[in-house]
Amino acid sequence: MWQPSKSEIICAESMPPAPSDIQTTPNAGPAETGLEHPLNPRMVEVSGFSFFYGAKQALFDISMDIPEREITALIGPSGCGKSTLLRNMNRLNDLIDGVRHEGDIRIDGTSLYDPTVEVISLRKRVGMVFQKYNPFPKSIYENVIFSLRVAGRNRKSELDEVVEKSLRQSALWDEVKDRLHDSAYGLSGGQQQRLCIARAIANQPQILLMDEPCAALDPIATLKIEELMLTLKEEFTVVIVTHNMQQARRCSDRTAFMYMGRLVEFAETTQLFSTPAEAETEAYITGQFS
Amino acid sequence: MATDHSMQSKEKAMAAGRRPDSQHGEPKVWLSALGLTVGLLMVVGLLGLILIKGLQVFWPAPVVQMQVKKADGSVETLAGEIRVIQHRRDAAKEGQQIEEILLFMGNKDVFGNAFRYIDTALIESRELPKNIVVAERMEYGDGIFFPVALKRADGAEVTAADAAFYPALQEEVDRVAALRRDIEHIEKKEIGRINKELLQINLKRKALGADALGAEALGAEGDAAALAGLDEEQTRIQAEYEKLAAQARQLRDQLGVSTLTYRLADGQQRDMSVGNLVTFERPNNLGFGGKLLAMVKHGWAFLSGTPREANTEGGIFPAIFGTFVMTVLMSILVTPFGVIAAIYLREYAKQGFLVQAVRISINNLAGVPSIVFGVFGLGFFVYTVGGTIDRFFFSEYLPNPTFGTGGILWASFTLALMTLPVVIVATEEALVAVPRGVREAALACGASKWQTIQRIVLPGALPGILTGVILSMARGAGEVAPLMIVGVVKLAPSLPFDFEAPFIHAERKFMHLGFHIYDLGFQSPDSEAAKPMVFATTLLLIALVVIMNVAAIQIRNHLRRKYAASTF
Repeated sequence: MWQPSKSEIICAESMPPAPSDIQTTPNAGPAETGLEHPLNPRMVEVSGFSFFYGAKQALFDISMDIPEREITALIGPSGCGKSTLLRNMNRLNDLIDGVRHEGDIRIDGTSLYDPTVEVISLRKRVGMVFQKYNPFPKSIYENVIFSLRVAGRNRKSELDEVVEKSLRQSALWDEVKDRLHDSAYGLSGGQQQRLCIARAIANQPQILLMDEPCAALDPIATLKIEELMLTLKEEFTVVIVTHNMQQARRCSDRTAFMYMGRLVEFAETTQLFSTPAEAETEAYITGQFS
Repeated sequence: MATDHSMQSKEKAMAAGRRPDSQHGEPKVWLSALGLTVGLLMVVGLLGLILIKGLQVFWPAPVVQMQVKKADGSVETLAGEIRVIQHRRDAAKEGQQIEEILLFMGNKDVFGNAFRYIDTALIESRELPKNIVVAERMEYGDGIFFPVALKRADGAEVTAADAAFYPALQEEVDRVAALRRDIEHIEKKEIGRINKELLQINLKRKALGADALGAEALGAEGDAAALAGLDEEQTRIQAEYEKLAAQARQLRDQLGVSTLTYRLADGQQRDMSVGNLVTFERPNNLGFGGKLLAMVKHGWAFLSGTPREANTEGGIFPAIFGTFVMTVLMSILVTPFGVIAAIYLREYAKQGFLVQAVRISINNLAGVPSIVFGVFGLGFFVYTVGGTIDRFFFSEYLPNPTFGTGGILWASFTLALMTLPVVIVATEEALVAVPRGVREAALACGASKWQTIQRIVLPGALPGILTGVILSMARGAGEVAPLMIVGVVKLAPSLPFDFEAPFIHAERKFMHLGFHIYDLGFQSPDSEAAKPMVFATTLLLIALVVIMNVAAIQIRNHLRRKYAASTF
């Protein structure tokens, strides 16, 4: 089993120059981070959000603020609505017939449901990685630049640059740089998932949504993805849904525990796992139900 | 003790007729195996029959000469190829069977009928005479005879005993073949061109407001000069025509200058113009290699030649070409229609009662008798669409229709309509099979719905779509009934493609292998003689469909490898 101490070592190792206390201190001020602009403590703002699949209500009045450049984990038993919440952050649930919502979700101050905002332009600001790795039936190169192609950006030099940058960021460059034009299906499962991450970040989104990104992977591949997430949060706001409490504990800065479509508790990860405020949270993290 | 007991109970159970658990359902496995075996046997049997009978046509059969006792006691000599040996019950003698052979004797001009049934009991002797010739002729089908002498074009005579006889005969045959080609060139190309010019003059005359007969009466009213010019032109063309016709006549006369004298098996001696001879061979003199070579030659002549003698002789190239062009044209037409319809139905239309009803209707459309599509094609494509095109673009040719009559384009449209359900259903299935994961990923990357369909869904569905196209090709290529009323003819004067501008003549009528089979087998004046051709043509139709399908399957497999998406 993973020991917390070990995961901290991993985190520390994979951390580029930034001092290690920043990542565990949410909402650090601009002076301390040395960034060019202050971090937005309400990058994703969920307010009073309810969601219905037809007559069935899946989410009940959820409110939470997800800060910029942090990893926020959503945990909870199966069917608690964590994936539904995540998929609403880029309105992917709109594809299902007969859904409706109440309340609002804002990204960087813009409402998702603002009728003047086009859903496509919104999705360009939010990258997503899925539970089952799903590269396109195309070459590795074309997979990475898909979001640029659909945006009509076809300049070769720009594309080459983006491919290298994204693959480096997703720690895949060294493994695939010699076969960029081979089919993506020739990669292993873990590589395919990292390719999907490269694809999601190629167009420089602000937010990266990850829906159980390690559920279909073996422990080694899982470890790599987790290391990757810690470097990704240098640039992106990461929201991850996970079934694996250890994973949430190892990687996330904040954790939200959801149960039966309700947000039970949302706190800093260390706090939530050490001193949960709610009895249900405690029951869940101590394995009394799942 | 316990195991002993259970063993006993098992034996008891078996004795009582109960099976052990592992054998439950066994009869059903056997039944399905039986079903498969029967199906396979039927397919293999049919294909084997067609293959053997179809290839047999080209194999030079030995010519048997036999002495046959006649009813009056005298003996006659017959020669021919044994086509069938069969048994039949004799009406006169109770319970006895007669063995008889069907002898192909050729020489229809002499005997009136090329075939004869002969009771084997009456045959006194059989032999395979050397030097008997089987000759393919322009008229009256094959001749089977012993050559006697050849009178050549330059007047020299060669007798059959001479060693130089057969080379000389071959030379003469080659000469008349060359002459025939020249005549065809004059008649088809040159005179065809003149006909076209005459047609143009007539059209101009019509445009001037006068028909050919009333030219004099209207001439005074101002267009006289123009009409006179046309008349002059016409006289010139007429003169040119006379010249060409004379040339053709002269060539034709040359065909008949050499004569072959031959003797039939029964001793009659006859003469024949070598101009009537197409090819000749001596099957009894051929070894295995020679026969094989002859078979290849016959096969090639069949593939590349044009039909003669009400289609019972010659080749079937126009039919192969027509079938191929029509099938390709049909596939090109049906694919975009079917794919667009399926995309709308599956991706854009709101799934509900109406779409479901449309889907059921499409499925049922596949069950509509093909002749109904033919009638629809005639009414809609030929008369309505074609008629309208004629009115707007070819009005000067009216009342002769250009597009307002059956043709390869309308036949392709009709078949495309007929095979549309296959493509729609296959495409819908292929679209559904594209995993939701990649669609969501594409949308999450900021692609619009159309971009997702165009860049992700369609490439993934392409192998499945091609499966539908392959099925529709197979169905379309073998269809005959609707074609009979939208453009297929027994004998088309020209191919739908040629080197005459505008090269593609989509309005032309065409020949089709399937219709050719029907025509040979059931509309032929001599069905017994046409029977081998039916098998050969069927073999060719199947071969053509297989070749086109294999080509399409190759493309599909290539795409499958390229988009190996089905592993999800």
